[in-house]
Amino acid sequence: MIHDALLIAGKDLRLELRSRVALNQVLPFALLVLVLFAFALDPDKSVLTEATPGLYWIAVLFSALLALQRSFAIESTDGNRDALRLSGLDPAGIFLGKVLAVSVQLVVLEALLGVGVVVLYTSRIDGWVLLAVTSVIATASIAAAGTLYGVVAAGLRVRETLLPLLLLPVLAPVLIGSTRAFEAALNGSPSEGWPWVGLMSIFASLYVVAGIFGFGPLLEES
Amino acid sequence: MTTQLDAATEGLDSTGSRATRVLGVLAIFGLAALALFGLVLSPPDASQGEVVRILYVHVPSATFAYIGCFLTTIGSAMFLWRGSSWWELVAYASAEIATVFTAIVLVTGMIWGRPTWGVYWVWDARLTSTSMLLLLLLGYLAVRRLPADHDVRTKRAAIIGLLLVPNVIIVRQSVQWWRTLHQKPTLLANGVGAKIEGLMLFSLFVGFIAIGLVFAWLLIHRFRLAWLEDQLDDAGLDAAIAERRAEGDVS
Amino acid sequence: MEQTSAALTSGPVVHLRGAVALLGRFPALAGVDLDIDARRIVLLRGANGAGKTTLLRTLAGLVPVAGGDAVVLGVDLVADPRPVRHRVGMLGHATGLYDELTVGDNVRFWARAAGANPTDVEQALSRLGLDGRLRSVAVGRLSAGQRRRTSLACLIARRPELWLLDEPHAGLDQEGRDLVDALVREAVSAGATVVLSSHELDRSLQLADTVVTIAGGIVRPDSILPADQIDGGAR
Repeated sequence: MIHDALLIAGKDLRLELRSRVALNQVLPFALLVLVLFAFALDPDKSVLTEATPGLYWIAVLFSALLALQRSFAIESTDGNRDALRLSGLDPAGIFLGKVLAVSVQLVVLEALLGVGVVVLYTSRIDGWVLLAVTSVIATASIAAAGTLYGVVAAGLRVRETLLPLLLLPVLAPVLIGSTRAFEAALNGSPSEGWPWVGLMSIFASLYVVAGIFGFGPLLEES
Repeated sequence: MTTQLDAATEGLDSTGSRATRVLGVLAIFGLAALALFGLVLSPPDASQGEVVRILYVHVPSATFAYIGCFLTTIGSAMFLWRGSSWWELVAYASAEIATVFTAIVLVTGMIWGRPTWGVYWVWDARLTSTSMLLLLLLGYLAVRRLPADHDVRTKRAAIIGLLLVPNVIIVRQSVQWWRTLHQKPTLLANGVGAKIEGLMLFSLFVGFIAIGLVFAWLLIHRFRLAWLEDQLDDAGLDAAIAERRAEGDVS
Repeated sequence: MEQTSAALTSGPVVHLRGAVALLGRFPALAGVDLDIDARRIVLLRGANGAGKTTLLRTLAGLVPVAGGDAVVLGVDLVADPRPVRHRVGMLGHATGLYDELTVGDNVRFWARAAGANPTDVEQALSRLGLDGRLRSVAVGRLSAGQRRRTSLACLIARRPELWLLDEPHAGLDQEGRDLVDALVREAVSAGATVVLSSHELDRSLQLADTVVTIAGGIVRPDSILPADQIDGGAR
């Protein structure tokens, strides 16, 4: 399962290196969202600085939707589902590989977006440990739930509209949790943030387990 | 074609039966009793006044919406585990009715909130998580009703149905923390949690019975309708195979 | 893998009795009876929509068998078709290749997924003439014939026991077609079994030893003939 996961993740990341869709399209989109928030909210009244955690995670969430759509678009060529089923790859491995590849891309995106909010919103960064752990857990949650719901929507004509409808309500706890944890870190009271990290860990575990068992049946339908 | 249709639906030409008719009549009497107790016989609340009456519908609806969600998750699990299409239909029917009940909960909650809080909507933990529940249910129904193969729809919807209750629990938990970190849940104190007794408690009890009967009646009919739809799809199979084989004889 | 070759020698590679396969609600296979022994090359004939592609996909374990008996490579497809999948090689109309990856990346990925080692990959690439400049070209930029060669390279790197080829000659030049025939003969002499569908009867009849005609989703016992009889009758 781990071997298959690494093979799939390696393939997806190699494909990203060759096509640079995440780099050339998703990252600029995320930065664009940051700028749009500045247009919508008054940049002089320090609203942006105060609301940085929430705005940051909204930008991450929207970018994650694009990254997930992309992750399944590359598997949507004719005959790809057949090829995957014939490949002998473990479905659980395929799921974990896709989660891993999306996570790696999101972590890179989050780091660059972090630089973006510091520069654009003049936010001050504090509580590094909590920020880093929150990012990792939240990213794993988004990638795991996103990949599971991504395959539910995959291969359908309505997939672009269906995925946000399915995924965003489910990710509400992750948005709340990551935002509160970031607020706690930036306000210098990290102890308030850790329970949220705990809640998101439960969420991530739930979806990793669901994906490991659910991916096989979803791949099976012809 | 008509003969096969008849054969498939033989013994069950409608979604009604004697049992469901009795159930339906009981549900009507239950609702009449609820109206009588809720609107006429029970006294206005000391602090909430007349507004309290809406809770006799609101609270039982919420309970049965949750029961519908549990049935959806259990049905989806049984379908994925055992391949039981009976349970799949239970999950689907429950999800649809849970959606209706959740919508009733939200609407009655907002109508109740307006005189109580002065606004239709507050970011109260229950209200927020109920609205998220409605969106989760709509997501399930969107997948279950996809214009795609039956197998595709049911399997994909079952995965979402399986995760429905875990999702609701996590969403509720997160929303509760989210609201209580910033303000004490004072709104809840004079809401449903307040102590009720006597005729008011009995009215609420009548509400549970009446809404429960309506829920059961709707669920049985919705299930049978979905089952008939499936039968209709299956009815053509033998004929289709014969037709297909005949193609070979001609050529 | 050792057990599987034992199972292979014990009975026919393909054994179908009244096999029914549904595409949605449509019975694409409406009761197929077919036995194929090891090391055979079987040509499937039939009009468009007769069920050739569905039969090949059913043998690959991709379409569930809804009725009848079906055993392929000793695996009961009715019970669970999954164990047969990594042992067959399927070449269909759709390639399943990743357009943005190079030829080398694609072959390496699909071969490694099936557990092949790097030398198998190199041999497959050079056998198909893809070890030169084409190796580092993205699949999206290839012609239809070059894509087909890439798919074939993926297939032979997997060393399948049963080859299922849907129109393998389509879109290939003369040299490519000769290469397909040579690969098929090599595979059979190495112990594999081949089922192919083709509209190019002349070429396929020279390759195949058995011809199966499928019509209306069924195969009749009298429609399974040795290839030389068909050859004589057609001319």
